[in-house]
Amino acid sequence: MSTVAAQPASYLTAAATVRSWLVTRDHKLIAILFTISITAFFFVGGAAATVIRLELATPAGDLVSSETYNKLFSMHGIIMVWFFLIPSIPATLGNFLLPLMIGARELAFPRINLASWYLYTAGGLFTVATLLLGSVDTGWTFYTPYSSLFTNTSVVLALTAVFVVGFSSILTGLNFIVTVHTMRTPGMTWMRLPLFVWAMYATSIIMVLATPVLSMVLVLVAAERLFGVGVFDPRLGGDPVLFQHLFWFYSHPAVYIMILPAFGVVSEIITCFSRKRIFGYPYMVYAIVAFTSLSFVVWGHHMFVSGESMYASIVFSILSYLVAVPSAIKVFNWTATLYKGSISFEAPMLYALGFVGLFLNGGLTGLFVAAVALDVHLTDTYFVIAHFHYIMVGGSVMAFLGGIHFWWPKVTGRMYSEWIAQASAILMFFGFNLTFFPQYLLGYLGMPRRYHEYLPDYQVLNVLSSAGASILAVAYLMPLFYLTWSLFYGRAAGANPWRATGLEWRSASPPPEHNFEQTPTVDEAPYAYTSEDRQAHSSQARET
Amino acid sequence: MMPAMVVEAYPTPGGGAGLFPELITRASSIAGRIDGLLIALTILCVAVSAGIYLVMIYFAARYRRGSTADRSNANAQSHTLEIAWTAITLVFFLVIFFWASNLYTTMQTGAPPEDVLEIYVMGKQWMWKAEHPGGQREINELHVPRGQDIKLLLTSQDVIHSFFVPAFRLKQDAVPGAYTSLWFKPTVTGEYALFCAEYCGTDHSRMRGRVVVMAPEAYERWLHTRESSTSMATRGAKLFRQYGCSGCHVGNSTVHAPVLDGLYGKPVQLQDGTTKVADERYIHDSIVLPQQDIVAGYPRIMPSFKGQISEAELLHLVMYIKSLDYTEGTVP
Repeated sequence: MSTVAAQPASYLTAAATVRSWLVTRDHKLIAILFTISITAFFFVGGAAATVIRLELATPAGDLVSSETYNKLFSMHGIIMVWFFLIPSIPATLGNFLLPLMIGARELAFPRINLASWYLYTAGGLFTVATLLLGSVDTGWTFYTPYSSLFTNTSVVLALTAVFVVGFSSILTGLNFIVTVHTMRTPGMTWMRLPLFVWAMYATSIIMVLATPVLSMVLVLVAAERLFGVGVFDPRLGGDPVLFQHLFWFYSHPAVYIMILPAFGVVSEIITCFSRKRIFGYPYMVYAIVAFTSLSFVVWGHHMFVSGESMYASIVFSILSYLVAVPSAIKVFNWTATLYKGSISFEAPMLYALGFVGLFLNGGLTGLFVAAVALDVHLTDTYFVIAHFHYIMVGGSVMAFLGGIHFWWPKVTGRMYSEWIAQASAILMFFGFNLTFFPQYLLGYLGMPRRYHEYLPDYQVLNVLSSAGASILAVAYLMPLFYLTWSLFYGRAAGANPWRATGLEWRSASPPPEHNFEQTPTVDEAPYAYTSEDRQAHSSQARET
Repeated sequence: MMPAMVVEAYPTPGGGAGLFPELITRASSIAGRIDGLLIALTILCVAVSAGIYLVMIYFAARYRRGSTADRSNANAQSHTLEIAWTAITLVFFLVIFFWASNLYTTMQTGAPPEDVLEIYVMGKQWMWKAEHPGGQREINELHVPRGQDIKLLLTSQDVIHSFFVPAFRLKQDAVPGAYTSLWFKPTVTGEYALFCAEYCGTDHSRMRGRVVVMAPEAYERWLHTRESSTSMATRGAKLFRQYGCSGCHVGNSTVHAPVLDGLYGKPVQLQDGTTKVADERYIHDSIVLPQQDIVAGYPRIMPSFKGQISEAELLHLVMYIKSLDYTEGTVP
């Protein structure tokens, strides 16, 4: 085709050989490397969850041994948190889109970006080695003194995996911060940044500030385990609860590393498919800033029954309620964005609306566990499991998939089959609720988490949950097939199939190696969808 | 030493039939108040979600692409709305916070010490050991009298465990090297599930037992049928001599060591100028880590007993020292 010859070569043509992928400095190719890696780990972690749900279909521990069960939930947590959720949106969509959205040709440090992927891969290999060499049974939380003194599983190897992958996060975060500060195209002021960029920026700050604390605490556990350095061992004058403080000082902000990017994705999708400006843009930005700051001072709410002082618990409780306020602001603004829109329900929009519904539920149940008196009963039960899966799976994973569907045409230049994508989004929503809603009830009824066996009284709800998980498994496998199919048979997408406003849509699909032929300039706020556009969009649909 | 009475098959409350009515019995004095808060929050959250879902569905239907709805003059911002919904949300959150924290303060403060029956509970992989003040011991079971304020003093011999009784709506971690406490007042006679709620290794899910709430008279009878030899404090007194503590820590000793009479619960002036209250943990740590806190005016001479005394024996020593009366004239 002659028109193709006139176009600049896409970034994909520069990657014909394996070697060109492995030494690439193109943020877009690195994003794809990350996407392939985290998808593989998602299905490994998902396989562990599948066996867990199969085991829990009956009260007796009859499918696997207790040792195996404990290793399964530990590996599920470690893989899903550090090898899927933390890098999920930032390292894939963030890597691909951040420069495009601010009109830059690259990230600030292309080589560091590649190094980040190699560190992720190295951490991933340590994880695979942990799995092969007997696995680990500490839970993803590595609580001392169990992890440092008592278990005889491969703790140090698992700690190494998480330690190494932490540096991948730090490097990605550093890269994004510098890029947003220094490489915005003319006219792209801070208050004109798409919310996705704001979300990436805030996430990066948390990655850079919190991850080193995790790295240090992991080293301390390893030192105690290997050399008997007494930090957490009470027999050596250490304090096992100190571990929890340090661990949650990272791991609570890490929740925001997982959910802030999802907020960014959903803001892009909802505006595009309702053809509206985001409602209350500055408030959405302030909410992101509030999350980022407050996320560092709520860690003690994980420790209300650990022997923490009553006054500390009460202070952490009120701070936790404060951090819930920006969540409410975001949900209200997304809802208000729909008002007077011209709303269509393509797959990305279904994922985004599903996200809002599930995140709202996860956020509201957060009010239960932030209430100290209630948390005493609910903590360490399935209520907490349900709560954080609503946020991280119902929230982050739905948004991740929404983002993948939204930008798939940009990344690959191809369209997938719309109806099957819509079907998978709807199936996922229902499968998710069937899996996790019963777990709230189980938690209220007192079923503790990390239980291989349970009382027969809990079986009905567990069977419902396992049935939901089987639906969810199908819904997660579907995109793997139809998206792969689209790579070969999907119709060409064109530069802007959704008629969206971001700078990334001004570039070709797939974009050329250096993103833009001419540096774009910006002279207005993001999401410049007009009411004329909405009217036209709607009347056009009426005519066809 | 301990009676080998590990409960094998866990007796399911209510025989396991039916859908969990026994599990949610409100069997402690605060369970009703916890459920009250929980029900209020549930109603609030259902109302808020229903409101937001309905608005979203309404907008999605009315402003679906192709509808003839008017789309002009759509604001992209409203300071009034933003401030209003932020303020309203904040007020609701603060109300929940005050409600929950007030209740929590009650749970933490419990009853005045003189009215409380103290029972010692130790977690170890993978069982619960309890010891009543009279020396009666039990494993994976805890018998308590109805209507009595009870304070559990919890510790662990190995890893962190968590003592969880859903029917009481209470749990508390048992942490090695520390003593945590849990107050409750059982109100309904019956048998209730006891779980370990903090992951503690291979048989975590089998670290279960039951709490038996008995009528006060029945509890008294139960105490008498148990072969209780000696009280914890008496055993502690024996250990106090056996380990040579009495060689230094009594009034007429030639060694300059603090006398322990009336020590418990009092503030202790330390060498470094700080003050610590002599609670269970302080006494425990002073035995195994004597160099950590030196009492002002005393030499650094006490040897550590780390690794020589088991946690169970340490508990008895702590109990003995707690039982020592304050006599006028001795320096705490």
